[in-house]
Amino acid sequence: MTTQEILEIIKQKFPEEQFEIKTNIGGDILISPPKVLRDLCFFLRDDERLSFDSLMNLSGVDLADGEKKKLEDGTFEILGGHLATVYHLYSMKHNHKLTIKVLLPKENPVVPSVERVWRAADWHEREAYDMFGIIFEGHHNLKRILLPDDWDGYPLRKDYKVQEFYHGMKVPY
Amino acid sequence: MIPDYLAEFFGNKFIGYLIAAALPLFLWILPYALYAVYAERKVSAFMQDRIGPNRVGPKGLFQTIADILKLIQKEDIVPASADKPLFVMAPYVIFAGTFAAFAALPFSSIYIGSNINLGVFYIMAVSSFSVVGILMAGWAGNNKYSLYGAMRSVAQIVSYEVPALLAIVSAVMVIGSLNLNEISEMQTAYFWNWWIFGGPVVGIKKFLLIIPMTIAFIIFFIASLAEVNRTPFDIPEAESELVAGFHTEYTGMKFAMFFLAEYGNMFVVSAISVSIFFGGWQSPFGYLGNSLGISWLIPVEQVFWFLFKGSLLVLVQMWLRWTLPRLRVDQLMTVCWKYLTPYAFINLVLIGIITLF
Amino acid sequence: MAELKTDHIVLNMGPQHPSTHGVLRLEVVLDGEVVVDVIPHIGYLHRCFEKHAEAMTYPQVIPYTDRMDYLSSMYNNFGYVEAVERLMNIEVPERVKYIRVIMGEFQRIANHLVAIGTFGIDIGAFTPFLYCFRDRERILDLFEMTCGARLLYNYMWIGGLSHDLPPDFIPKAKEFLKDFKKSIKELNDLLSFNKIFIERTANIGILLPDTAINYGCSGPVLRGSGVKWDLRKNDPYSIYDRFDWEVVVGKGEMGTVGDCWDRYMVRVKEMEQSCRIIEQALDQIPDGDVTSAIPKRVKPPVGEIYFRVESPKGELGYHIISDGSPNPFRVKVRAPSFVNLQILPIISRGYLVADIVANLGSLDIVLGEIDR
Repeated sequence: MTTQEILEIIKQKFPEEQFEIKTNIGGDILISPPKVLRDLCFFLRDDERLSFDSLMNLSGVDLADGEKKKLEDGTFEILGGHLATVYHLYSMKHNHKLTIKVLLPKENPVVPSVERVWRAADWHEREAYDMFGIIFEGHHNLKRILLPDDWDGYPLRKDYKVQEFYHGMKVPY
Repeated sequence: MIPDYLAEFFGNKFIGYLIAAALPLFLWILPYALYAVYAERKVSAFMQDRIGPNRVGPKGLFQTIADILKLIQKEDIVPASADKPLFVMAPYVIFAGTFAAFAALPFSSIYIGSNINLGVFYIMAVSSFSVVGILMAGWAGNNKYSLYGAMRSVAQIVSYEVPALLAIVSAVMVIGSLNLNEISEMQTAYFWNWWIFGGPVVGIKKFLLIIPMTIAFIIFFIASLAEVNRTPFDIPEAESELVAGFHTEYTGMKFAMFFLAEYGNMFVVSAISVSIFFGGWQSPFGYLGNSLGISWLIPVEQVFWFLFKGSLLVLVQMWLRWTLPRLRVDQLMTVCWKYLTPYAFINLVLIGIITLF
Repeated sequence: MAELKTDHIVLNMGPQHPSTHGVLRLEVVLDGEVVVDVIPHIGYLHRCFEKHAEAMTYPQVIPYTDRMDYLSSMYNNFGYVEAVERLMNIEVPERVKYIRVIMGEFQRIANHLVAIGTFGIDIGAFTPFLYCFRDRERILDLFEMTCGARLLYNYMWIGGLSHDLPPDFIPKAKEFLKDFKKSIKELNDLLSFNKIFIERTANIGILLPDTAINYGCSGPVLRGSGVKWDLRKNDPYSIYDRFDWEVVVGKGEMGTVGDCWDRYMVRVKEMEQSCRIIEQALDQIPDGDVTSAIPKRVKPPVGEIYFRVESPKGELGYHIISDGSPNPFRVKVRAPSFVNLQILPIISRGYLVADIVANLGSLDIVLGEIDR
C-alpha cells in the first residue's frame, strides 16, 4: 500500500486534520500535526486494513531551519525553527511501510508519547528527549538515558555547546 | 607408628604428636595445593585446546609459586565498612577446618596423624566447620554478593551433609568400623578386596554388595562435590552471578587461604572416598617391597598409593568442573532432597538387608 | 504470630560485573533470590556516534560504524553503505554484492559463536567458550587475509569494497565450512543437549510472540519466540533472494516456545543456514572489478532514507538525512541490542537471580551498539 492510499484511509477517520505528503527519495513521508499523533498511531495499529504492528525506528531530528545568529565567540545560535520526530512504521501482516514526520516548534517541543501504542518506543523516546530535549507527553519515565541525569543541554541540536565543567571536571578535552 | 616414634625421639609425647600432626601440612598440603592449582590450569587448558601456563620455569611448573609470591606482596585490604575481627578471622577458620581433617587421614600403615576410633565421624564433623568460616567471610565483607554467596553456601553444605553421611553410614554398616586406618587395613591384598567391589567378604554376599556399594560411592562423590563447592555445584561462588561469592572482598594472602582451603578440601573428600571405597593406602596388586624383600619400601609404597588414588579423584573433580555447566540454586536443593537423600535411604536399607545374610 | 516485616534488597549488577557483557548496570530488586524488578541503566559506553557522524563526510562515517557492534563490524558496514547507495542511487557490481553477502554471513557465524560461547559462560560452562573462539579465530583469519584487520574492518565502501578477495580465499573458506559442520556437532554434544544446560535454560525467560513484536524485538530474540521473521526473507535486500535457505524459528523443543534455550538454539541453527548461503555464494560468485562503482565524490541529493538489514543481532536500521552537502545532516542508528534489551525486565520478573544472567546472555547484547 502506498502512502497516498494510506492517507485516504486516515482521512476518513480524521476528516478535519491537515495531513500532507512530502515526496522523498527513500519513500514518501506523511507529515502529521502533533496533537492527533497518539490517536493516529492507535488507529494505524488497530485498523485491520493498515495494522502497523511494529515501530521500526523513532528518530529525533533538529531541522535547524530557524534564524542563525552568530555569537561573539565564533559559535552560533539558532533561534526559532523546528525540531521533528520521525516514526518509521511497518506492518508485518501486510508488509507495507509508513514514515510519519511531526514538526515541533523549537521553543516548545512537545509531542504525545506513542509508548502505549508500541512499547518499543520507550527507550527511543527517552533517547530523543536526551539528545534533543523533545518532551514526550504521557511517557511513564522520561529521563535521560545515555547521558548522566544532570547533564546540561541537548547534544544533537545543531547549536549545542558543551558545558565547560561537569562536577568539577573539564569537559572539552 | 610415626607419632609414637617421634614422641620417643623427643622424649615428650606432646611435642612428638604435635610435629607428627604438622607433617601433612608441610609435606603434603602445601606442595599439593601448589601443584593442584597448576594441574587444574593445565587440565583446563588441555580440555580447552589451549597451552596453559608455560612461562615460569620449565612447562610453567613454577607458575603457582610465582602467583603465591605475588599474593604475599599484595596489599592486604580490609574494606572500611567490614566487620574487621570476623573479616580477618574467617580465612583462618576455613583453613583450620580443612587442615584439621588431615589429622585423621591414614597416609600409610605407619603414619596417621591421630589414630582415633571415630575417624570418619571426626572428619565429617570437622570439615563442616568451614561452614562457619564461610558465613563469617560472607557477613564480614559487608557486600551483598558475599552475603548471597555465604547464604547459598551454608544452605548447600548443610543440605548435602545428609546424603553424604547416609552414604557413608551405609558403607560403615558393612565395614563395622569408623577407624579409617582399620578400614584401610581390611581391604588388603588385591583390588577385589576393596569395599567398592564388595570388600574382603566371601561368598554370594560379596557379589550382592557390589551394586549398593557403587551407588553409595556415587552418592557420596556427588554430595562431596557440593560440599567443596565444585562445579556443577559451585553456586556459592558462581562467577557469572555473584562475582566471587563469599570471598569477593578478599585480597592477597587471605584470598590465597581460601584457595588453599578449597584445594585442601578437594583432597580430603577424595581421601575419604579412597579410604572407605578404594582400599585406602593398600596397593591394588601386592607390594614391590614384599617381592623384593625390602620391608621399608612397603610404607613408602603405601603413601604413594594413597596419594595417587586421592589425586586421581581430585582429577575427576577437575574434569567435571571443565565439562559441566552450573546448576541453579533451587535445582541444587532439588537434587539433594528429592533425589540423593531418598536414594541414599533406599541404599541404606538395601545394604542393611544384605548384611543380614 | 505477628507478621514479619520484610524488605527488598537492591543489588547493583555492574557496571563492572563478569556477566553483564560490558559496562551495563542492572539495578536488580530482589525478594530473597526472586527477582522483583530489573532496571537497566545504559550509557557508560556512549561515544557520541551520531554527533560525530554529522561532522564527517559520508565515507568517513564507515569506520565509526565498525565500532558500534564490534562483534559484527562487517554487517554494520554493510547496512550503512547500502543505505547511502540507495540514497545516491548507485548500482554496485555483481561481484561486490556476492562478496558482501559472503562477508556478512561469515560475520554472522563469528558473532553467533561469541554469543553462544558467552552464554555458556553465563550458565557456568567455560569450555564451550574456547571451542567457539577456536572456530571464530579461523573466520577472523579469513577477514585478515582479505582486508588486513581482525576486528574493525572498514572493508565495505560506498559503491564497492576496499580490496578484492585474495586468490586463496575461496579454497580456505570452503575448507573452513567443511570443518565447521563437525564443530557444530561437537558444540551440540558438549553444550546444547547437556542435561544441566537444558535445565538451566528451558522454560526460563519466556517471551511471548505478541510481546516481542510490540517491544520491537528482532533477530534471534524474535525468532526464538516462534515468529518466522527474517529481513533477508521478508524484506529482501542485496541478493539474499537468490539463495536457498530457511528461516530458523524456536519450536519449544525442550520447554516452552520463546525460552532461553530456543533463543540459543536459533543461533546454533542459523550458523548452519549461513553456511548454506556462503556455500552457494562461493559457487556462484562472478568475476569483476570491486572498485569500479565507487563514486569520486559522495554527495547524495537532498532527502532521507530509513534502511534496515538483518544484522546478526536483529534489525539494524540506519536513518540517514541528507541536506545535499558532503556531510550527513543526521544519522540515527536503530541498534538491535538497544531495542532488545528493553525486554529484559519483562522476561526476568519472577525468576531467580541466576536467571537474569541466563536471560541477558540469551539476548546477546553488545554495549558498544546500545550506547553508540
